[in-house]
Amino acid sequence: MKKALSLLLVCAMTFSLAACGSKDEGTTAPAEDNTQTETGTDAEAPAETPAADGAVFKIGGIGPTTGGASAYGIAVQRGAQIAVDEINAAGGINGVQIELNFQDDEHDPEKSVNAYNTLKDWGMQILIGSVTSNPCIAVAEESHKDNLFQLTPSGTAVKCVQYDNAFRMCFSDPNQGLESAKYIGANSLASKVAVIYDSSDPYSVGIFEAFREEAQNQNIEIVAAEAFTADSKTDFSVQVQKAKDNGAELLYMPFYYTEASLVLAECKKQSYAPAFFGVDGMDGILSVENFDASLAENLMYMAPFVANSDDEQVKSFVTKYQEQFNEVPNQFAADAYDCVYVVKAAIEAGNVTPDMDASAMCDALKAAMTTISFDGITGKGISWEASGEPNKAPLIVQIQNGEGVAL
Amino acid sequence: MRQMKTRVWSKNTRSNLITYGIVIAAYLVVEVMMRAGMISSLLKGLLVPLCMYVILAVSLNLTVGILGELSLGHAGFMCVGAFSSAVFSKCMLEAVPAGGVRFFLAILVGAAFAALFGILVGIPVLRLKGDYLAIVTLAFGEIIKNIVNVIFLGRDSRGFHISTKDAFSLNLEADGEMIINGPQGITGTPQNSSFFIGIILILITLFIVINLVNSRTGRAIMAIRDNRIAAESVGINITKYKLLAFTVSASLAGVAGVLYAHNLSTLAATPKNFGYNMSIMILVFVVLGGIGNIRGSIIAAVVLTLLPEMLRSLNDYRMLIYAVVLIVTMIFTSSPGGRAFRERYSLKLLFGGKNQAKEGE
Repeated sequence: MKKALSLLLVCAMTFSLAACGSKDEGTTAPAEDNTQTETGTDAEAPAETPAADGAVFKIGGIGPTTGGASAYGIAVQRGAQIAVDEINAAGGINGVQIELNFQDDEHDPEKSVNAYNTLKDWGMQILIGSVTSNPCIAVAEESHKDNLFQLTPSGTAVKCVQYDNAFRMCFSDPNQGLESAKYIGANSLASKVAVIYDSSDPYSVGIFEAFREEAQNQNIEIVAAEAFTADSKTDFSVQVQKAKDNGAELLYMPFYYTEASLVLAECKKQSYAPAFFGVDGMDGILSVENFDASLAENLMYMAPFVANSDDEQVKSFVTKYQEQFNEVPNQFAADAYDCVYVVKAAIEAGNVTPDMDASAMCDALKAAMTTISFDGITGKGISWEASGEPNKAPLIVQIQNGEGVAL
Repeated sequence: MRQMKTRVWSKNTRSNLITYGIVIAAYLVVEVMMRAGMISSLLKGLLVPLCMYVILAVSLNLTVGILGELSLGHAGFMCVGAFSSAVFSKCMLEAVPAGGVRFFLAILVGAAFAALFGILVGIPVLRLKGDYLAIVTLAFGEIIKNIVNVIFLGRDSRGFHISTKDAFSLNLEADGEMIINGPQGITGTPQNSSFFIGIILILITLFIVINLVNSRTGRAIMAIRDNRIAAESVGINITKYKLLAFTVSASLAGVAGVLYAHNLSTLAATPKNFGYNMSIMILVFVVLGGIGNIRGSIIAAVVLTLLPEMLRSLNDYRMLIYAVVLIVTMIFTSSPGGRAFRERYSLKLLFGGKNQAKEGE
C-alpha cells in the first residue's frame, strides 16, 4: 500500500515517455507507426499493411550500442545505415525502398532476444545481426523457429550459423585460426610459435584451438600457450617472458588490438623482437591512443578490410563514413555495409518482393544466397555455402611505415 | 460475502492471499490475451525472464528483509543453479526423453546444488557478526563466475573428462561432445522453460517464503534480525536459523537460474548475467519494492524489468531514463523529503483512510 503511489508515478512516467517515443518515431516513419502501437500482432500483419501503400523491405539490426562492447554495435549500425541510405538514394531494391531498425542488446543474450522480439513486432522481414557471438547464438535459435532470414556481420562463433536460415559475412573463428596457421606454414615465417590468448573470450579461444590443430599439420611447434582473462589484461610481463624463454620466433596474438598494444609495449621493454601475427581483432591498433606506432611495425594480421585500400568501393565508403561520423571505419562497419548489399543481391537473385511474409522470404533468400557471387568492400567474389559460411580469400595485412598494407 | 471473509481471516492471511491472487490474476490475464493474440512478441519473450526475476527478488527478500543480512552474491547462486541444471539436462537428453520430467528433475538438481553452496558459504560466515556476509557473498559471486569459466567438461564413450586448461587437453574421441566449454559456456540446452512453469515456480516460491515467515521458524528468524542478543537469550539457535533462511534463499535463486538456463539456448557466465551487476539489480528490486515486503518485490521486479524494454522507442536515452527513474523512485520511497511527501498525499488519506500506524517497512 505504502508504495502504491510511487509505483503509480513510475508507471505514469513510463507511459508518458513511451508515448513521447512513439511520437518521435512517427515523424520519421509515419506509415508503419500506427500498426505497431495499436496491436502487437504477428510479424505478417504489419508487413502487409505497408504493402498496400508504397511497400518497403523491413530490415532489423541487433547489436550492442551501449555497454562494454558498444564500439562494435555502433560501428555496425553506422555501416549498415550508410549502405541503406545509398541504396534508397539510388532507388531502392527493384524500386522498393528499405528501412533499417537497429536495436540495442547490451551484448547480452537475454536482451538480444528481447531486441529480436521487438523487431518482430515492428514487422522485421530480414535480420542483420547479432553483432557479438553469444547473443547471436541465442537469436539464431529464435530466428530458426520463426524461419526468418538472418545474416550476421560479425558473429564469428561456429554455432552462430548452425541453422540453415543463418549466414555470416565474416570468417568463423576456426577458419581464422586455420588460415593463419596455413599462412605461417606456407610462408615459413617461423617453426617455433608462442601463443597468448584471452581464455575468457570465446573468440580468442576458438581461433587458438583451430590454430593449434592446424599447426601440427604445418610443422609449427607451439612452444608456449599462455592465457589471460578479461580481469587480468593489463600486465603481460609473465606471458611475454615465457614466450621469450622458450625461444619463440613468432608471437601469435588472437585477440583485440587494445590488449595487443600492451603486449607489443611489453615485448619492447623486455627487448624481445619476434615476428608478430594477429587476427582481425588487430584491426585498429594504429588508432590506440598514446601507442607508439613504431612498435607495430612489421606486425602482420588477418583482416577482411583495409581502410586505406585503393579499391573504389572502399574509398567511397571510407569517405562517407568519415564525413558523417568523423572517424575511420573499422571492420565491423565494413562487414555491416557489405551485409546490406548482400541482402540486396540476394533479394534480387531470389525475386523477393516485400509483400511476401518473412518465412517465404527466408526460403527464397536461403536458396538465393548459395547462387550469388558478391563483390564488396570485405572481399571480392564472395560466395556462400548452404551451411552459412562465406568463401572468401583471407587478406593478410602488414604494417609498414605506420600504415596497413595488404600483402 | 467478501466482507465476511475478510473479517474471519487475519490481516496476514488476507494480505498473503492478495499476493497469490495478484500472481494468478496476472497469469490469467496474460494467458487470455495470448489466446486472443493481443500480446506482442516482445512481451511474450519477456514472460519467462519476468518469472525468473520475480523468484530472485522474492528469494533475496528472504535474506535481506526477513533475515536482515545483506547478500551481494545472489547471482552467484543463480549461476550455480543454472549451470548444474543445464549440465544435467544436456547429459540426460537421451536418458530421459520426456521434456517435462527432465525439466522437473533439472529444477530439483539446480535447487539442490544452489542450496549446497548456500550451506557451504553460510556455515563459516553466518557465525560472524556485522557485514561479513555481504563481503563474502560478493566474493562468492565473482569466484563462482570465474570457476565456471575455467571448467571444460566433455563426454565421450569413455565417460566424462574434465579439465581447467582448455578443451584440447580433454582428448575427446571423435564422437565426444563438449558439455561445458570454458568461457563459451553451454550451448544447446533444451528450451523447456515456459510461462506456465514460471508461474507455478513463483507460486511455490511464494508458498515457501510466506509459510516460512509465518511459522515458528520465521518468527525466530525475525527475532534474530530485530535483536540478536535478546533472541539468543531466549534460547534461539542463531546459526541454525540464519543458515536455514540463507539456504532456502539460495536454493530458490538456484531455481531461478534453472529457468534462465532453459530459456535461452546459450548459457555463459558473463559479468552481465551472473556478475556483481546482476546481484545489485536483484537487490534494487528488493529495496525499491520495500525491504521485507514480498508483494513489493514482485511488483518492483516486474516493473523494473519491463521498463528498459518498454523504453526501447527512445533509443539512446533508454538507459539514461531508466537510471533516472531508479533514482527518483529511491528518493521518493526512502529519503526524508520523499517520506514526508508521501505521508501528506498518501492514498489512504486521499481515500478516507484508516490509521496509518500499521505499515511494516
